[in-house]
Amino acid sequence: MTTTTEAAPPEVIPLPPTKPRRKLTAYWLLLPGIAWLVVFFAVPMVYQGSTSLQTGSLEQGFRLTWHFATYWDALAEYKWHFVRSFSYAAIATALCLAVGYPLAYTIAFKANRRWRNVILILVIAPFFTSFLIRTLAWKTILSDGGPVVSALNTLHVLGITDAIGLTSGHRVLATPLAVVCGLTYNFLPFMILPLYTSLERIDPRLHEAAGDLYARPFTTFRKVTFPISLPGVVAGTLLTFIPASGDYINAQLLGSPSEQMVGNGIQKQFLNVLDYPTAAALSFILMALILGMVTVYMRKAGTEELV
Amino acid sequence: MSRVFKWIREHLAVLAGILALAYLVLPNLVVFAFSFNKPVGKFNYEWSQFSTDAWTSPCGVADMCGSLSLSLQIALLATIGATVLGTMVAFALARYRFRGRAATTALIFLPMAMPEVVMAASLGTLFLNMRIQFGFLTILIAHIMFCLSFVVTAVKARVMSMDPRLEQAAQDLYATPAQTFLRVTLPLAAPGIAAGALLSFALSFDDFIITQFNSGPTTVTFPMFVWGASQRGIPVQVNVIGTAMFIAAVALTVAGQWIGNRRKAQA
Repeated sequence: MTTTTEAAPPEVIPLPPTKPRRKLTAYWLLLPGIAWLVVFFAVPMVYQGSTSLQTGSLEQGFRLTWHFATYWDALAEYKWHFVRSFSYAAIATALCLAVGYPLAYTIAFKANRRWRNVILILVIAPFFTSFLIRTLAWKTILSDGGPVVSALNTLHVLGITDAIGLTSGHRVLATPLAVVCGLTYNFLPFMILPLYTSLERIDPRLHEAAGDLYARPFTTFRKVTFPISLPGVVAGTLLTFIPASGDYINAQLLGSPSEQMVGNGIQKQFLNVLDYPTAAALSFILMALILGMVTVYMRKAGTEELV
Repeated sequence: MSRVFKWIREHLAVLAGILALAYLVLPNLVVFAFSFNKPVGKFNYEWSQFSTDAWTSPCGVADMCGSLSLSLQIALLATIGATVLGTMVAFALARYRFRGRAATTALIFLPMAMPEVVMAASLGTLFLNMRIQFGFLTILIAHIMFCLSFVVTAVKARVMSMDPRLEQAAQDLYATPAQTFLRVTLPLAAPGIAAGALLSFALSFDDFIITQFNSGPTTVTFPMFVWGASQRGIPVQVNVIGTAMFIAAVALTVAGQWIGNRRKAQA
């Protein structure tokens, strides 16, 4: 993601066989970083599993009682939150792909060197601006009397989206559409950058060759460009879907209580209700579902190591 | 008319790309425009009147600039921590064969494949149960944790593409291992390390979810301030800071590319 402007390494030079003494160096290099991740990432993950099975209160302390009922209660209370999380994230990911692909394609093939850098900066620059402020800007853009809503109403688009439940009352704010729009916006750069990285590596002569073989531009895209860019598509969809399904900021700022996602539930249980077992159970379920989906998806998509 | 359609069809990808870019940039333009607003009431969502008040007194809001400086401190320290630890791990992964390599790679990958809220809640639960006081230190620990993987990925990609023969050549010319590392290896790896550090800074500075779960009530970073303000009433100064950050980021990136281009031209 960060090496987007650099060309692919020219060739891989095999490592010389490592001597035993140097092996020790490797462990010393790994130790601090890996210890940090074990203590502050892996251990909390396991610990969370145990917390989710505890009962008690903040005053009296929590004890491990293998209380599996927490899971059923959490699922019963938050099942629609899960449904919303994954469907909003899926729609946002699809939209990111639809919106991001043409832009990545334009940067990779249609822009000259100078423009390419300008556009890349514009794609990356939002990373450095507080995303909360930018998300709040959507409140202005999508406000009830604003130009976007007026235009959509004039074109009767909101009538249709009202009918299918994406919006309600001829407005956009505080509806699923606003939340999906915010999610798409927030994670779009995560889609564009891997797409661009994989598109940029394509030799333009392949396009010429396809044209020489009487392929129409769309056929060239379908049979040459898109298949080669698949690793970028897989990386981009993962980088969009995973954070989007755990997000609660867009639902909170742009939605109403009926658009709340799992993240909102975890946040509420952890920070307001102080029911840590339920928060832990919810986040454990979320993690398990996502890991499951990612594993299946990566098997199907058939890409190697992403790191 | 048919010529217009033909033109549109031929430039469909570029037109769609421009629309996508507009979608990405629009909120920044709104933030910029509304930094000159003089809103009626507490919220800055509707345009009322042009004013430069916010720009002339950017710190005129209680607590905002304090939170900004706290965010900068945390981002700086988290960047240093994550870059040092991450670079070491990246070198180990790129340069050595060792047992437990697959497990290490998985441990690096998992934080990037985990929704932030899951990491946030689990780390918060750990701190809570260990009775560790939430505050500056807990935020810093959390930020180093999630920035580390990104540094490893950036630096590892760079080190893998470096030619190990350059280091062998240095040693053939009687450079000590320390000299080789400082004069050859480190300068070659620098762009990857810089990319990882910049990304860490941006991620840490802008982080909200993990910070919200791991900060006490009294440690308010800038994103936490904005979140609080979005519920109580948003001062226009927030837009000033947002715009200034955007301009600074663009300027930094442009300067970085300019230096890079000059270096390439010299080489």
